[in-house]
Amino acid sequence: MAQQKILTYLPVLPSGELMGSAAELLGAAAQLGSPVGVIVTTPGMAEAAAESAGELGAATVRVAEHEAVGTTLTEPTVDVFTTAWEDLRPEAVLVPNDIDGRDLAARLSVRTHSAIAADVVGVHRDEEGIVAHHSVYGSTFTTESATTHGTLIITLREGAVDYRGQPVTPEIHRVELGELPPQAASITEFSASVEASTRPDLRGAPTVVAGGRGLGSAEGFALAEQLADALGAGLGASRAAVDAGYAPHSLQVGQTGVTVAPDLYIALGISGAVQHLAGMQTAKTVVAINKDPEAPIFDIADLGIVGDVFEVVPQLIETLKAQRP
Amino acid sequence: MRIAVLVKEVPDSYGARRLNLTTGLAEREASDRVLDEITSRAVEAAVSHAESAEGVEVVLVTMGPESAESMLRKTLAMGADSAHHVLDPGLLGADMTLSAEVLAAVLQRIGCDLVISGDVSSDGTGGVIPTMIAERIGAAHATSLDSLTITDSSVTGNRETYGGTVTVEAQLPAVVSVTERLPDARFPGFKGIMAAKKKPLETYTLADLGIDPAADVPRSILLSVTEAPARTAGEKIHDEGDAGKRLAEYLIDKKLV
Repeated sequence: MAQQKILTYLPVLPSGELMGSAAELLGAAAQLGSPVGVIVTTPGMAEAAAESAGELGAATVRVAEHEAVGTTLTEPTVDVFTTAWEDLRPEAVLVPNDIDGRDLAARLSVRTHSAIAADVVGVHRDEEGIVAHHSVYGSTFTTESATTHGTLIITLREGAVDYRGQPVTPEIHRVELGELPPQAASITEFSASVEASTRPDLRGAPTVVAGGRGLGSAEGFALAEQLADALGAGLGASRAAVDAGYAPHSLQVGQTGVTVAPDLYIALGISGAVQHLAGMQTAKTVVAINKDPEAPIFDIADLGIVGDVFEVVPQLIETLKAQRP
Repeated sequence: MRIAVLVKEVPDSYGARRLNLTTGLAEREASDRVLDEITSRAVEAAVSHAESAEGVEVVLVTMGPESAESMLRKTLAMGADSAHHVLDPGLLGADMTLSAEVLAAVLQRIGCDLVISGDVSSDGTGGVIPTMIAERIGAAHATSLDSLTITDSSVTGNRETYGGTVTVEAQLPAVVSVTERLPDARFPGFKGIMAAKKKPLETYTLADLGIDPAADVPRSILLSVTEAPARTAGEKIHDEGDAGKRLAEYLIDKKLV
C-alpha cells in the first residue's frame, strides 16, 4: 500500500526563506507518512523555498504563487489546501500552531468536515491511525487524541518535535488559485520586523535565559541579554517583566506566551508564578537565581541560588569566560 | 450595530488545575472557575466601543455548564446588554467541531454584525474557534489582533505574521479575536453590578439550536490522559560571594555549557 499523504503547510518569510517551523513540520509529517509540502506565496517567492523543502524531507511540493497572497488574509492558502485535500485525500494536514496556521486549520476543518487536534506537541501512528499528543494545563497533564474518521488537521506547537526528515529532490507541482470568497479580510499594509537578533529563537533553543521583575528595569534586563549571549542561549521574559516594559511581548514565556522545553532554563529574578511555570516546567534542568528565599520558582529548580542576580550573573559570566579561552 | 462577545468560563490559571484521569474532563472542584482573562479584554473592547458610538448593543455568548451563569452575570456588570448561554449535557467534552457548530448556530439565532473573542483560551489553547465560526456563518475573520478599530461597516487591526506585522481590514459581518495587547478589563462598579441582575439572560439547549451532538461527523476523541510527574526542588544555596563560580562549575559538570 502506498504511504498515506501528509499535507504540510510551509510558510515563507518575506526574504523567500522557509520559516524555521518547516523542519519540524516536515519531520512530524515524515513520522506519519509521505510529506507533501504546500507553499503559497506572492509571485517569484516560492522557488527557493520549494527546493529547501526537499532538503527537509518533502518528496512532493505544491506551489502556488499569486498577487492575492499579499492582499487577502488566509483565503488564498485555504483555497490551495482545499484543492489539495480534494485531490489527495490526505490522512493528516499539518500546520504550525501560529496565527496564520490556526486560521488555515480552522477554515479547512469546516470546509472539509475534518476534526482538529490543536496545539499538538508530538504525533505517532498506531494500528488505528494517527495519534496526536497534547500537553495540557501548562504541561501538568499529557493527553492523546485522534479523529473518529477522516483527515486529522493538526496544529503543531513550535519547538515541540525533534524528528527530522531525510533530504530528497522534491517533485514540484505548480497549482493555480481558484476564486476567493468576496468577504475575506484584506491586508492593507505589511511592515517587516526590525528585530535583527542573532540569538537563537526562543522556541527550540537548547538553553533559555529568562529575566523577570527582579531585574528591576529595562537597563537591568540587559543582564539577561548578556548571559544569553555568553551562553548562546535564547532570551525569554516573565509576564511581569513584559508588563513592566523591560522586554517585548514576543519574549514572554508562560501560559499566555511561548511554551519552551529546553535542556537548560535559567530564571533570573523570576518569582515563579503558576502562569510562568506553565510555560517552562518541562525544561530538563532549571536554575533559578532570586533574592527572595521563599520564591516559588525554587520549588521546581534543580539548582536554586538565593542571592543578588547582579552579583551572581557577572561572576558566572567571568568564570565561564576564564574556563573557555 | 450588535456586537457579540464570546466569553468563556475556565479553571483559574493562577491556581492548580486538574484533569480527571478517567474521563479526561476538567475537574471542576480542583480550581476556581473564572472568566478567561483574554475574553474579558474582548468584552472591554466591545463595551468601550459601545460607549463611544451611537446605537451599539453588546451581547455575551457562551456555552458551558450551569456555573457559567454567575460568570455571565458578573460579566454583564461590565456593561454588556444581554447574555446568551448554551447549556446542554450533550456538550460535555465537546470537541472544537461541535463547539464551533454550536456557537455559530446561537450567533446566527441572535444575529450580529461583529463577533469579538479572545485569541486563545487559557484552558483549551486551541485558538481556532473564532475562524471556524467565521467559516460557518460566512463572515470574514481577522484574528489575533494587537489593536482594534471598529467602524459602522468595518474593523481594522494589526497582527503578527511571518517576518513582520500586517494591518488587516474586514468588512462587516466579521469575526475578530484579540490578544493580550488590548487594554485590561474594567472593574464593574456597584451600579453595573445592580443593573446586571436585571439584564436578560437567555439559555438554549442543543435541540433549540437544531444540533445533534451524536451526528456521524468526524470528531476529535480523547484516547488517554496521564499526569506528568511533579517537579521537585533540587539543591538550594545561599550566595556567600562565590555562587556565580559554583553555578559555573555546576553547568560545566552537567555539560550544560
